[in-house]
Amino acid sequence: MEALRGIDLAVSRGEFVSLVGPSGCGKSTLLRIVAGLSEPSAGTCRLGISRASGRIGFVFQDPTLMPWSTVAGNVLLPFRIAGAVDAAARERVAAAIEAVGLGGFERAYPHQLSGGMRMRVSLARALVTEPDLLLLDEPFAALDEITRHALNDDLLTLWRRHRPTILFVTHSVYESVYLSTRIAVLTRRPGRIAAELAVRLPHERERSLRSGPAYAAMCDEVSAALARAMAVDAPP
Amino acid sequence: MSERVVRIAAPLVVGAAFLLLWEWVVAAEQIPPYILPPPSLIAASLWTDGPSLLGSLLVTLRVTLAALAAAALIGGAIALLFSVSRAVELSFFPYAVMLQVTPVVAIAPLIIIWVHTPFLAMLVCAWIVAFFPIVSNTTVGLNSADRNLLALFRLYGASPVKTMWLLRLPTALPYFLAGLRISGGLALIGAVVAEFVAGTGGTETGLAFRILEAGYRLAVPRLFAALFLLSLTGIVIYLALDLVSRLILRRWHESARTGADE
Repeated sequence: MEALRGIDLAVSRGEFVSLVGPSGCGKSTLLRIVAGLSEPSAGTCRLGISRASGRIGFVFQDPTLMPWSTVAGNVLLPFRIAGAVDAAARERVAAAIEAVGLGGFERAYPHQLSGGMRMRVSLARALVTEPDLLLLDEPFAALDEITRHALNDDLLTLWRRHRPTILFVTHSVYESVYLSTRIAVLTRRPGRIAAELAVRLPHERERSLRSGPAYAAMCDEVSAALARAMAVDAPP
Repeated sequence: MSERVVRIAAPLVVGAAFLLLWEWVVAAEQIPPYILPPPSLIAASLWTDGPSLLGSLLVTLRVTLAALAAAALIGGAIALLFSVSRAVELSFFPYAVMLQVTPVVAIAPLIIIWVHTPFLAMLVCAWIVAFFPIVSNTTVGLNSADRNLLALFRLYGASPVKTMWLLRLPTALPYFLAGLRISGGLALIGAVVAEFVAGTGGTETGLAFRILEAGYRLAVPRLFAALFLLSLTGIVIYLALDLVSRLILRRWHESARTGADE
């Protein structure tokens, strides 16, 4: 089944690009192709970075943790797979857990954590190798709004720290505007890019932004683009 | 009254009531002990014949535990092989099923002819009954790894060995342990069946042979006593495996968690 058609998207290093579109428009397929987990049936996907282990981080919609491992064990996974578990790796694991605000929970098991905390572990695991590219597939869709906002802010902080390139899939217009520097709007399946919008908001984003007029205007603009994208390919 | 107390007390009350009723019916109807002995007589027989019955129990238990260990080892290895190669699984799984569905009573005489050491012959019989749940459960477990985690392992360039060790084996562990719990009871049944067939050949006297012997001599109280020991052994094996499973999984698996740490 054709999930995507005519995806033409160039992303520069250090950008935070959101992919917004209706459910089932092939956003996840696009991320899998970028990650090298799926092959495109036609076309190419070129990365200016290496696909070596740890250069790409991936966060799924559910936390995808190993229930038999502690928080530290889960975050250590990329190093265990690479066979590079040493003192330096353990230090980075501790730092990554600290960075997502889970200091003190290193020895907890996933079932002892809340949904938001589990997602933080998942983020820490994706960031622990300091990847050049971070792919996030609707990571906060299953969380309540308060947790979601908190994680949005944390993600921005983490992004500013190492400045990885981020491709962020979401179906929330508000989330995409709050987070990204650029937004690509996708159509229904087979998804193609209907519009690309630069987010004209200050780089430093705080919660107060959410209630400002500039933010509302930008959200309206993206919503309108999304409505047009869905109308274009609407089934007869 | 807490649920815990009820869980222990309720079956005990039912059991005691049943024994009392049994005792009373036997006395009231004057049923002779070689048809149905009263519980008191069985208890007395358990007391007097206990030491020699325990010796026989040890013989049966040795076969059972050896068969269970072999089932865990070989069954686990077969499952591993199945999960590594789909072709091997497709080719051999039907034969594993065939071994499972063929009644062990029917093939036991053959095995006893082929395998000359009685202990080994009984071990093979019990193993045939016990290995299948472990194979089938563990195979399912090894193939149940989370799809997203598998994708993540690929993203990080994990070798098949690493994926097996860090992902598939831990995923399969609860399945394997569930299989082991079923196999524990089956190994005992297999050992008893093997003894029924082989025991008459004049080998070591296991508990099953004592049951046969007691039947021939109409020593029905002793028969019941041996039966009681056998059931008790089955329960103890199950509880022991259940405990092992809980201890191994208690930190993370739903099946082993109590509400306390929620």
